[in-house]
Amino acid sequence: MTDTLLPEETSEDVPVTTRADWQSDQEVRWCPGCGDYSILTALQLLMPDIGARREKTVFVSGIGCAARFPYYMNTYGMHSIHGRAPAIATGLALARPDLDVWVVGGDGDMLSIGGNHLIHALRRNIDINILLFNNQIYGLTKGQFSPTSEKGKVTKSSPIGSCATPFNPVSVAIGAEASFVARTHDMDRRHMQEMFRRAYEHPGASIVEVYQNCNVFNDGAFETITKKDVRDDMLIPLRHGEPIRFGTEGQFGVARHDGGVEVVEVADVGLDALLVHDETRSDPSTAFALSRLAESPDRPTPVGVFRAVDRGEYGVAMRAQTDQMAAMKGKGDLSALLHSLPTWTV
Amino acid sequence: MTETTAGSLVPEVDRLVIRFAGDSGDGMQLVGERFTTASALFGNDLATLPEYPAEIRAPAGTLAGVSAFQVHISDHDIFTPGDAPHVLVAMNPAALKAELGTLIDGGTVIVNTDTFVERNLVKAGYEHDPLEGDDLAAYRVIRVPMTSLTKEACKDLGVKTRDAERSKNFFALGLLSWMYSRPVEPTLEWIDAKFKGRDLIIAANRTAFNAGHAFGETAELSDHQVIVRPAKMPAGTYTNINGNTALAWGLVAAGHLSGLPIFLGSYPITPASDILHELSKHKQFNVATFQAEDEIAAIGSALGAAYGGHLGVTATSGPGLALKGETMGLAISLELPLIIVNIQRGGPSTGLPTKTEAADLLMAMYGRHGESPMPVIAARTPADCFDQAIEAARIAIKYRTPVILLSDGYLANSSEPWLLPNVEDLEPIPVEFASGFNKVDEKGEEVFWPYLRDENMARPWAVPGTPDLMHRIGGLEKEDGSGNVSYDGANHAHMMALRAERIARIQVPDAEVSGDADADLLLIGWGSTWGAIAAAVRRVRRSGRKVAHVHLTHLNPMPANLGEVLSGFSRILVPEMNLGQLVRLLRDEFLVDAQPVAKVTGQPFTPAELQQVILSELGDDT
Repeated sequence: MTDTLLPEETSEDVPVTTRADWQSDQEVRWCPGCGDYSILTALQLLMPDIGARREKTVFVSGIGCAARFPYYMNTYGMHSIHGRAPAIATGLALARPDLDVWVVGGDGDMLSIGGNHLIHALRRNIDINILLFNNQIYGLTKGQFSPTSEKGKVTKSSPIGSCATPFNPVSVAIGAEASFVARTHDMDRRHMQEMFRRAYEHPGASIVEVYQNCNVFNDGAFETITKKDVRDDMLIPLRHGEPIRFGTEGQFGVARHDGGVEVVEVADVGLDALLVHDETRSDPSTAFALSRLAESPDRPTPVGVFRAVDRGEYGVAMRAQTDQMAAMKGKGDLSALLHSLPTWTV
Repeated sequence: MTETTAGSLVPEVDRLVIRFAGDSGDGMQLVGERFTTASALFGNDLATLPEYPAEIRAPAGTLAGVSAFQVHISDHDIFTPGDAPHVLVAMNPAALKAELGTLIDGGTVIVNTDTFVERNLVKAGYEHDPLEGDDLAAYRVIRVPMTSLTKEACKDLGVKTRDAERSKNFFALGLLSWMYSRPVEPTLEWIDAKFKGRDLIIAANRTAFNAGHAFGETAELSDHQVIVRPAKMPAGTYTNINGNTALAWGLVAAGHLSGLPIFLGSYPITPASDILHELSKHKQFNVATFQAEDEIAAIGSALGAAYGGHLGVTATSGPGLALKGETMGLAISLELPLIIVNIQRGGPSTGLPTKTEAADLLMAMYGRHGESPMPVIAARTPADCFDQAIEAARIAIKYRTPVILLSDGYLANSSEPWLLPNVEDLEPIPVEFASGFNKVDEKGEEVFWPYLRDENMARPWAVPGTPDLMHRIGGLEKEDGSGNVSYDGANHAHMMALRAERIARIQVPDAEVSGDADADLLLIGWGSTWGAIAAAVRRVRRSGRKVAHVHLTHLNPMPANLGEVLSGFSRILVPEMNLGQLVRLLRDEFLVDAQPVAKVTGQPFTPAELQQVILSELGDDT
């Protein structure tokens, strides 16, 4: 079923656009200083570069601060229901494989009320790009702990500390059979753009966790790893085919240890002992182990593409079944259908 | 067609109600369906009522495990599966115990005597064998050792004894086919096709069927033999259809008539799952079926597809409808076409999942937060599910609104002959997608406003992929016209009034009065009660009393003439399979003294029950 409702155009026809073409006429209304601004800017600047067409691009969001994102993109957009964006985007992407469908949401939206839809969209490998803005707090409802808040977090709804262990979104995504999983942060535009581009180019479901600062309700949550002067020692860049190494002098690395991975000093173990990152490994256990390196963003934390594997995309398989059934049964004939059970004539 | 009794002196009856009952594993639904198909091909009018337990395999031999199938065949047009059965087939003691009370006095009981052993009698709660003693004195009892006769007939086929035993339902079917002069060929052909490649099973089932047929002939049961002649039906080609199949085909037809691909997002739930199953078989019609992770994703995906320009559909039952409420609210706010099918069942909560009820009318009308009006329509018969699926699509597409289509467990599974429509005669459903700018702004520039409206107060259906029409929509209140987010109070009040008005203005056919328009008493119903009300009204009128009947297919908005129609009657009764929901709407809307007639036993009304209600209302309950 390739029912593009409009004539397909080739990529050569993509008109040249600028950032301004991707900006809607709506006033951006996030709090001044919010990390969402830099994510929006990164994406608006990137879109002209990746060969996307505005009329073929749809942003679907749920509810929350991050979910206001579609209003600010001059594309098609739907600001839907808390948690349901992956489900709505699934229907849209399956119906319209000619579209680029993006899903934007926060940690509460995607991992709490919408957790079920997120994991199933990833499992099915629906052709959507999911941007998960993780600020570890509920912002739009004014500051309750979220499913990614650290245990013991003191908020309005947890005056003496929250009791729950947080989700690690990258671990959740890998556990949900995601075929593309990456992490980036709102302080590094170029890195964000690289991750968004990779997500866009990946066939099937892609998810990018963006560490995003909420300067009103959870200011500085990621400061210990993303501030310019600590970044080199606290962020572990994952680069496909390269030994995993970080630190101002490249003095740290990641090596296998006891069935998992651990941070090591290169001087202690030698360069050859470092784990060479392979994002295409079909077994997800090493990617999962990497996601467990930092329990919370106060220890060295991997950023980059954890996993990028080719896995059958749901929509492709679904359309193949349509073709298969058409081959078996011929083109649909309504009159024949109505006469397909035993009939008699009076 | 084999005609065993044509030309013989078999007594004729004008109608017959047969109830097949046995353990869940005895294949009673299958036997009932085969008997029904043979009767349909023979030319009877008919209606069926399958009833089965909620458990897939309830403990064998217990009352909880009894599965029954009732079929009403006649030589004239009928509307329901009948009142009390004339014939009960009881395959075990539990079936006899559970179902005997439904039989008419003097009715015929056909029992499989092999199962009346101590162990089964205890499981059924009998303290003695009902086949001995006076329990069945009021009935004509035919005792047949079906299991042993089936085993005996199959002994030379090389079939395992246990497999041979399982064919006893075909023995029963063969016997019934002889007693009631059903053609045998359709059943034998069906056995061959159904079990193709499994020759031993075919042989066992055929042998059992033929043995049952022969038993009737040789055991001198001829004084039990009757025939129901074909009914005089309007000319045309017929098929026997149940409600869920008809509904699924109606959706396929809606796709055909509108030229839109169908996208069904659904989560398995009794008794709606068969719609998902049926549509999954017809992908070649440009039908996509998506088994979602939950009810919310089911409607969410359908809404996403609708946004993309497909005909989005979700099918569920009551508990699922409750979960879809928030997304229906979004669909109302987005003003997009969407069909929500609710096959009602007994509630609240899990309730009686395999039994029928029609207690979701108020939820369909009001079960969402905020002021969120939606069109609601309901099918009246199994075949009508086809027409109403098309009607739901027509309203959804024309008025760009979600529509609720109500059916129920009874319509879903029961069947009736359906005079097949000519596909060319079905009215096309026009679809218009927005294709360009529709407004000039203050600066003199051409722009697209997603909430500008047409003559039906419907906004443009502007699907992603259309150049120039990029726009953002969402659940936040929007300014009329531009569609921009608006928190302005006056605009919100305006939008609330507008959303109410555009649903209220949907054009629906006028209500028609059948029966005696000059009667004092009116019965008004909706959904599957149509059959029982129509049959009861017909009986009362034949006895010379006056009574009128109005049926509502469109429940929101209601027919424009309904208030005037109601004002013509001094007494109004509203039979419903709930505790009084339509009656509330009527009293609320029209200030009439309508009175409820409730039935919530998990079974549909029978004509006899309503006949009694009418006669007692008319002051004659003799």
